[in-house]
Amino acid sequence: MIKFEAGSYDVIVIGAGHAGVEAGLAAARMGAKTLMLTINLDMVAFMPCNPSVGGPAKGIVVREIDALGGQMGRTIDKTHIQMRMLNTGKGPAVRALRAQADKVLYQQDMKETIENEPNITLLQGMVEELIIEDGECKGVITKTGAAFRSKTTIITTGTFLRGEIIIGDLKYSSGPNNQQASIGLAEHLRKLGFDIVRFKTGTPPRVNSQTIDYTKTEIQPGDDVPHAFSYETTQYITDQLPCWLTYTNEETHTIIDENLHRSAMYSGMIKGTGPRYCPSIEDKVVRFNDKPRHQIFLEPEGRNTKEVYVQGLSTSLPEDVQQKILESIPGLEKAQMMRAGYAIEYDAIVPTQLWPTLETKKIPNLYTAGQINGTSGYEEAAGQGLMAGINAARRAFKKEEVILSRSDAYIGVLIDDLVTKGTNEPYRLLTSRAEYRLLLRHDNADLRLTDIGHNIGLIRDERHARFVKKKELIDAELKRLHAVIIKPDEKAQALLESIGSSILKDGIRGTDLLRRPEITYNHIKELAPSGLELSLDVEEQVEIHIKYEGYIEKSLQQVGKLKKMENKKIPDGIDYHAITGLASEARQKLNQVRPLSIAQASRISGVNPSDISILLVYIEQGRIAKVSGE
Amino acid sequence: MEERGEVRVEFDTIAAISTPMGEGAIAIVRLSGDESFSIADRVFRGMGDKQLQAVPSHTIHYGHIVDPATETIVEEVMVSVMRGPKTFTREDVIEINCHGGLVTVNRVLQLVLRQGARLAEPGEFTKRAFLNGRIDLSQAEAVMDLIRAKTDRAMNVAMGQMEGKLSKLVKLLRQEILEILAQVEVNIDYPEYDDVEEMTLKVMMEKSTYVRGQIEKLLETSEQGKILREGLSTVIVGRPNVGKSSLLNSLVHENKAIVTDVPGTTRDVIEEYVNVRGVPLRLVDTAGIRETEDIVERIGVERSRKVLKDADLILLVLNHSEPLLEEDRRLFETVNGMDVIVIVNKTDLERVIDMKEVQELSAQHRLVTTSLLKEQGVDELEEAIASLFFEGSLEAGDMTYVSNSRHIALLHLALQAIEEAIQGAEIGTPVDMVQIDLRRTWEILGEIIGDTVQESLIDQLFSQFCLGK
Repeated sequence: MIKFEAGSYDVIVIGAGHAGVEAGLAAARMGAKTLMLTINLDMVAFMPCNPSVGGPAKGIVVREIDALGGQMGRTIDKTHIQMRMLNTGKGPAVRALRAQADKVLYQQDMKETIENEPNITLLQGMVEELIIEDGECKGVITKTGAAFRSKTTIITTGTFLRGEIIIGDLKYSSGPNNQQASIGLAEHLRKLGFDIVRFKTGTPPRVNSQTIDYTKTEIQPGDDVPHAFSYETTQYITDQLPCWLTYTNEETHTIIDENLHRSAMYSGMIKGTGPRYCPSIEDKVVRFNDKPRHQIFLEPEGRNTKEVYVQGLSTSLPEDVQQKILESIPGLEKAQMMRAGYAIEYDAIVPTQLWPTLETKKIPNLYTAGQINGTSGYEEAAGQGLMAGINAARRAFKKEEVILSRSDAYIGVLIDDLVTKGTNEPYRLLTSRAEYRLLLRHDNADLRLTDIGHNIGLIRDERHARFVKKKELIDAELKRLHAVIIKPDEKAQALLESIGSSILKDGIRGTDLLRRPEITYNHIKELAPSGLELSLDVEEQVEIHIKYEGYIEKSLQQVGKLKKMENKKIPDGIDYHAITGLASEARQKLNQVRPLSIAQASRISGVNPSDISILLVYIEQGRIAKVSGE
Repeated sequence: MEERGEVRVEFDTIAAISTPMGEGAIAIVRLSGDESFSIADRVFRGMGDKQLQAVPSHTIHYGHIVDPATETIVEEVMVSVMRGPKTFTREDVIEINCHGGLVTVNRVLQLVLRQGARLAEPGEFTKRAFLNGRIDLSQAEAVMDLIRAKTDRAMNVAMGQMEGKLSKLVKLLRQEILEILAQVEVNIDYPEYDDVEEMTLKVMMEKSTYVRGQIEKLLETSEQGKILREGLSTVIVGRPNVGKSSLLNSLVHENKAIVTDVPGTTRDVIEEYVNVRGVPLRLVDTAGIRETEDIVERIGVERSRKVLKDADLILLVLNHSEPLLEEDRRLFETVNGMDVIVIVNKTDLERVIDMKEVQELSAQHRLVTTSLLKEQGVDELEEAIASLFFEGSLEAGDMTYVSNSRHIALLHLALQAIEEAIQGAEIGTPVDMVQIDLRRTWEILGEIIGDTVQESLIDQLFSQFCLGK
């Protein structure tokens, strides 16, 4: 193959899935001349698995992406078929929005957005290798010999690297949904010396909606109140489509049991590690065989298609068994399977090889984001893509890196977990992974991140001004409620009585009354109106802030301690093997992870508190030695 | 794949008894860190409404230390207030000067620990001074040595405690909490998953109340805790008529008796607790010693070994005026490998005992000769006890004492956290908020057994529940 120079860019993004599109858009919007390369232009922002965006933890990530100026929230707001707010019966910290996506519309909107972005060149092409000069990444070379030069490069190849689809005893080289797998780049990365692991994930069959008997299932409608992920969305979709719920039964489980030997999962054909949070149906039946039934959600894949996604039936059983399983499920007796479910194995790089900017430690100016880093999920991919795009663009412009802390965002938790602890299964965000989840809420993503988004140039001034105004209103209303006294007059007593709250003996501060569990902001508004027309957003912030002040305060105190440890920076280039006091496991782990701060070091497994003490003393010693040596 | 919950390790407020553990005229509890003043204010009651946070730096104040829960006075003190950075550690420092014995000072320490200070590791004040740029490079090595040495010893203790009853109970309790946590987490992360019952406030309250009861019980009955408050458990053994009672009386009369107020323990004789040159001793089973004879004869070698094994210190008494008997030799055999002081008593009478054999048998032990009747050799004996303790030979006892202080403080913190969880549930706070305090309880208990691995929650989630959407 004769190579030819094909142009030069600030940033090159390999792949245009959920990580790739955020990376490309972020870089371009920050002013970087950006090239996006994808194996198949028809697959931009394709959803190979479930047709949904958001949910617990993940939904908050979408909000965070939006607050930082990313795209996912804006696109899903325009292209969903249904939205639901989950966990509304619980506290504000765990509320989560989830949308059912119209897969085709989502892709179209995302592709159009990219096409309309003046700084992006979108091109179909398969990258075979990276251009490495002086140990740094200087661009990419495609299968057709085109050499593109760049200041920074981001790999977002998802499950394409040496992807292999497995159905029963059938196994063949393939990316998701029978796309061409990427073999050359996978081998190139191994040659460059990256540690690679093999992960596995899977997807359920799709069936034709016209062959489903919905009368045997339960309807799962969207919410009546309109919701949006993006803080920019002003138009809401009111015409929603429902999902449907049905169940497996004894017969289903018998079919699975009898055919277990034909499952790739159990025949030993699959070597990759699968995710525990998304088990295949055979896995569920084997591991929890006391359960008489499992839930199956039927989710439309879009408005203009009859394909229905059979959530809960992810499997690597052969096609004929999949058909039999479907027929055993109420409502699906006559279902026509349009695509069979499959398992897919792929290469992922061990993410402890990355800095918290998602740049590889081995090769400067090379970044990786998304499923290649061992995660799963569109939102996890998008969050990483955004951060890699931001950091790659900033590097190209020789600007300081942007790293989100665990106390800033779920995206911070996600990336810190990956680069500090690694993962031995496809990583999914869970709310329990966030120790400050009370602070990382759906409702306050803008308060946490809009300033950052604005500073790096992804949030426009107009939006930022709106945000500043909102903050001012919240502060003013909080102040007012701290000062206002509600008197025990007739109106107050009557209202309190009507909601079963004890009546007032004396005047009471607005904040104190609002702290009563049965009192809402609306009650306060009635008794002590602010005189301003506050938006629901502002009212919500005020209410949460006052009602949960004690808990929020406790979390903030913990964050204060975290910040102190984060401020203790570890200088680069420490030879941990030379620090005699460290335990040998700690030495090895520290050398591998090369943490940037004491806080990060303390989170590495195998590094215990006394190692941290010794490290602190050592760093201080070095500092003093440096000062006295000058 | 694990995570420690201890962000608090490096920069929180620490406290320790900073005077040597002996019979000084005063003992000082020192605090260092951001919260020193506020913690001290919670336990200090000065003249008028004096707040230590408000007084000028480098001043000293008279007042009382009280238990803020009950406002009962624990100690009369002088408190030095020193605002950073002009202090040894460059942080805010409080020094509480007490004049009571070890037990009182310990109670003061416990109180400040309960208010949120953490027990300082050996050398930690010095370490902070260093990290805050207060001392120079040459001292750094010494600090690192200290940390290293501490780790080794702490490892031993941790190993010992891992088998202990406390750690077993704590583990059970943590598992109990973990199951609640996992269920709440599943409810949050898989809201549509119908196999898992929704954890309700009512169930949470019931379970939390149970956990609270268990922690309270642990605090009451924890054997370790008692050692701290009551001193080293000490057993006097010997054949009949060698002078065990005289030894006991002599120790009690020579020394100030310690009055304890351990709740729930009804002690008929307070003389059982003595303070020997700053070492708190709890004379175990002394009633038995008074009445009877040979413990080994009474209950057999194996069983008495078991009894004796629990003791921190054994005083083995021989009779100078009689030959060594088989019973004596059996005693030596029984206490082999334990911390023992051999006392050859009745030197006022003519020597019949074979001292050479005694010395051979006592090769591993300290040996003193006394005439308790003539009050001779008692000083030497007390010296032996004190040096055993302070030289760290009685390491098990010493370290148990230190880490117990830590355990008790942690148990109190856990109790506080679980009480906050219960209060939250009572007023109808959402489960995922009550969860915050429950989780804190779980983490604090984890610190007792040195395990706050977060991943175990996620493992629990996946092993206990079959999860899909």
